[in-house]
Amino acid sequence: MRELSRRAALALGAGSAAITIVGWGEGAFATPKAAADDIAKFTGGKAAEQGKITIELPEIAENGNTVPLSIAVDAPMTDADHVTELLVVAEGNPNPGVAMFHFSPMSGKAEAATRIRLATTQNIVAVAKTSTGKFYTAQKLVKVTIGGCGG
Amino acid sequence: MAETPKIRVPKTAKKGEVIEIKTLMPHIMESGQRKDKDGKAIPRKIINKFTAEFNGKPVFSANLEPAIAANPYMQFFAKVDASGTFKFTWTDDDGTVTSTEQKIDVA
Repeated sequence: MRELSRRAALALGAGSAAITIVGWGEGAFATPKAAADDIAKFTGGKAAEQGKITIELPEIAENGNTVPLSIAVDAPMTDADHVTELLVVAEGNPNPGVAMFHFSPMSGKAEAATRIRLATTQNIVAVAKTSTGKFYTAQKLVKVTIGGCGG
Repeated sequence: MAETPKIRVPKTAKKGEVIEIKTLMPHIMESGQRKDKDGKAIPRKIINKFTAEFNGKPVFSANLEPAIAANPYMQFFAKVDASGTFKFTWTDDDGTVTSTEQKIDVA
């Protein structure tokens, strides 16, 4: 007899695919340290200044399988001064990486929106790199009702 | 297994205008985290890269991880200074590249 964890039972009850979610015990999720490691690789260890970034995420995500995310970086986007890359990591997913966005002066705005999967309540952290070599960072806490990595 | 991406690009714009572009690519984005009924991990298969170019110049691109939800939706902006063609590409883990183009009139 297969035992379903409460999370799996909830997910099945929510009408998702009939696949048992296993392997979600302790150690299945990344830690803030793993996310910090990804960030350190991106910044080369350089300090990132808090600010300039607005992260839009629902306070409570009812369905962790698809959570709308929108990020805007306050930047001139001129040839001389523009955001080149924007790293997004999730501190509590099985793997911290979410996306790396690349911008150019032709972007007009350093803004992007997408939909992401969140396994559990956690911080989403964004780090922006500019053409002048500066780094900015911001984070937002999202509460997740039904996690969305197991299907 | 080519899917048809949906894109929303304005048909016209003023010179120098910053326009909003929305794209949606049908794709399961198999994260590699799910297990089948026998407990075996279902292998990862995702769109790992999305690019947008205008008249051959990069406007926006994204490296995607399994944390991007199924049917990846990308919304971003582009500053258009002349008429021309947008080209969008989506690259699957297996190397397949899907691309589509859209013209815009800039006055």
